[in-house]
Amino acid sequence: MPPTRVPSSPAAVLGPAAVQETREMFYAEALNDALRLEMQRDPRVIVLGEDIAEHGGAFQVTAGLLAEFGPDRIRQTPISEIGLVGTAVGAALTGLRPVAELMYIDFSGLAIDQIVNQAAQNRFMFGGQARVPLVVRTQGGSGRGNAAQHSKSLEAWFTHVAGLKVVMPSTPADAKGLLAAAIRDDDPVMFIEHKLLYRTKGAVPTGEHLVPLGRADVKREGTDVTIVTWSRDVLLSLEAAAKLADLGIAAEVVDVRSLVPLDKEKILSSVRKTRRCLVVHEAIKRGGYGAEIAAIVAEEAFDDLDAPPRRLAGVDTPIPYAQPLELGVVPQVADIVKAARELVAG
Amino acid sequence: MDKQTALHLYRVMRTIRRFEQRSTTLFGENKIWGTIHSYAGEEAIAAGVCEHLRDDDWITSTHRGHGHCIAKRAELGKMFAELLGRETGYCRGRGGSMHIADTSKGNLGANGIVGGGIPIATGAALTAKQLGTDQVAVSFFGDGAANQGTFHESLNIAAIWKLPVIYVCENNQYAESFPAKKAFAIEDISVRAAGYGMPGVRVDGRDVAAVYAAASEAIARARKGGGPTLLVCESYRHEGHYYGDPRKYQTKEEIEGWKTAFDPLLDARGWIVRDGLGTEAELDAIDRAVDDEMERAVAWAEAGPPASPLKFPEDIYASY
Ligand SMILES: Cc1ncc(C[n+]2csc(CCOP(=O)(O)OP(=O)(O)O)c2C)c(N)n1
Ligand SMILES: [Mg+2]
Repeated sequence: MPPTRVPSSPAAVLGPAAVQETREMFYAEALNDALRLEMQRDPRVIVLGEDIAEHGGAFQVTAGLLAEFGPDRIRQTPISEIGLVGTAVGAALTGLRPVAELMYIDFSGLAIDQIVNQAAQNRFMFGGQARVPLVVRTQGGSGRGNAAQHSKSLEAWFTHVAGLKVVMPSTPADAKGLLAAAIRDDDPVMFIEHKLLYRTKGAVPTGEHLVPLGRADVKREGTDVTIVTWSRDVLLSLEAAAKLADLGIAAEVVDVRSLVPLDKEKILSSVRKTRRCLVVHEAIKRGGYGAEIAAIVAEEAFDDLDAPPRRLAGVDTPIPYAQPLELGVVPQVADIVKAARELVAG
Repeated sequence: MDKQTALHLYRVMRTIRRFEQRSTTLFGENKIWGTIHSYAGEEAIAAGVCEHLRDDDWITSTHRGHGHCIAKRAELGKMFAELLGRETGYCRGRGGSMHIADTSKGNLGANGIVGGGIPIATGAALTAKQLGTDQVAVSFFGDGAANQGTFHESLNIAAIWKLPVIYVCENNQYAESFPAKKAFAIEDISVRAAGYGMPGVRVDGRDVAAVYAAASEAIARARKGGGPTLLVCESYRHEGHYYGDPRKYQTKEEIEGWKTAFDPLLDARGWIVRDGLGTEAELDAIDRAVDDEMERAVAWAEAGPPASPLKFPEDIYASY
C-alpha cells in the first residue's frame, strides 16, 4: 500500500496517526528540509545570517540553499548581529517572513535590543497594528569544548520576555515540524537548537510536516515519575528512563518542545498521574525555566503530588573548557537516574 | 518650488509646532502621563523629507516622534487620543508618545530606544528590494543615535546591499544633555557616509526648502535602485529634552538666541513672502486653520473612551 502524505494542517497532524512517508535524517538535515520547503512554498521567506551562503552555516543547516534560492534569499550578512536581526525585524514588519540565524546563542546579547525591545513588543506597543513573523534561529549548549562564550543555554532569558515564543526541538522530526510552524507563525519565535543534536538521526516525515507550537509531546509513557525536559536533555532522559525501567521504575518523559507557549495541561496531567515531577535542563539552575515549571506544578497540582517537584539542572557556573570539567557541570544520564530514584524513594 | 508645495510645507510645519504646543498644555494639565519630547524647532526636517514620501513608503521615528508622524499624514485626533491614553488612540493607549505608529501610512513607529529604528528601516528597505517595488524607507534619528552600534551596522548593510533607504540624522546639537561638540571628534557627521561607501549630505535643517531639495535627490536615487544616502540636517530643539527638563546644560542666552535665530517657521514665512509664493495673509489663514483643526482634534480625543483592559494573549501575540 502506498504511504499517505502527511496532512497539512497542524490539527490534522495531531489527529489519528496517518501513515507518514519518512526518511532517516540528521537533525541539521531536517532543519534544512524545513527551510527548503518553506522557501519553496512562500517567496516571502528569506534567511539572513553569517556564513550561511557558500559555507552552509556554521552547523551546515543552510547547506545547499544558496544554490537553490540564490543570494537574494540566502542573505549572507557581515558580522553584525544587531544589524542583521534588526534588518530582519524591519523586513518582518513590512511583509517578509525572515529567518535570522545567530550562530551561537551566546551572541544574542549583541542583538538583544532588537529581539526584546522591538520584535517582541511591536504588536503590543502599536495596539495590534503590527505583526512580526520573524524566526531567530540559534543554537546553544555545551559538550564540544567551546568553553564559556560558545556553550551557554540561555533559553530562560527569552522566556522572560512577553511577546516572544521560545521553541527547543529535541528530535529531527520535531526540528523540521516546529521550524516550519515557526516560520508560518505571525509572532517572533526564538528557535533554539542544540549543537550536540545536529548529528543525531531519526525518522522524519518527508514533504510538508508541521508540529504546532505549544504542544508538549510524551516521548515515553510511565507511571512512577514524570521527567519534564526539552532539547538534548530529552535524549538523556530517555536513556535514563530505559535504565530506570531496569530498576523497576516507570518514568514518563514529557518533551515540552515549546517553552512559550507552554503546554501546561500535558505537564499537569502527566504529573497528576505519576504524582512526582522532575524537571531536567542543561541551563544553570538559578533562574532557569525549570523553576517556572516546578512552580506551576506546585501551584496547580500540589494535592496530587507525593513529593515536592524537583529540579536537576546545570551548575551555576560559566561552562568550563577541559572535558571532565565540562561534563561535570551539566546533568548526565546517571544524574537523571539518581535524581529520579531519590524522588521515587522519597 | 511651486506655491502649492511651499504652502503645504508651511502648513505641515505649523501643524507640528501647534501639536507640540497643544500637547505641552495638556501635559501641564496632567492629562498626559509619562513623558513627551517636543520636536519644536526641527519641523523642517520631517516636513521636507516626508513631502516626497507616499503612503506606502516607510519611516522609522524616534522618542521625539510627533513631527515625523504628522508629516507622514497621521490623524491628529488619534495622536492626541494616544497621548491621553484612549482606546481611540493609534495604539489604543498601549504605547503612548514614544511608541506611536501608524502602519497604514507606513509609519513603523516612534522608538524609545535611541538608534532602535535604524536597522528596522533598513529591513523595510530590504522588503522593497526583495519584492521588487519602488518603495523607499526613511529612518529619522538624532545625533545621539549616530553614535550607536545600530548606525554603523545598518549603514554598512544598506550600502553593501544597495538598499533604498535614507538615513536622516537630525543633529539638534544635543543628545539629552550631551552636546554634539563633545560627542563627536568630527564637526560634520555626514563625512561618515564615505566610510560606508554612500553619499553623505549636510543641510541646514532650519531651511525646509534645502531639506526638501536634498531629500528629493536622495529619495529619487533610492527609488531608482541607486542605494542609500546619509542626510544630516543641522538643527536645534527649542524646548528641553523632555517636558520639564531644567536644561542645566544650556545657558539662557543660548536658548533664547538660537530659538529666534533658528526657527524654520519664521524662516519659511520669510522666503515664501519674499519669493511671492504666498502672502502674510495667506500664511495667517493657514495658522488659523491649523489652530482650529487642532482644537477639533483635541476635543475628539478627549471625548474618546479610556483604553480598554489588556487582553491576553491577543494584545501580545497574533496566536497563542
Ligand atoms: C539605548 C538608549 N540609551 C539611552 C536612552 C535615554 N535617552 C533617551 S533620548 C536620549 C538622547 C538622544 O539623543 P539624540 O539621538 O540626539 O536625539 P534627540 O533627543 O536629540 O532628538 C537618551 C540618552 C534611551 N532611550 N535609549
Ligand atoms: Mg540630538
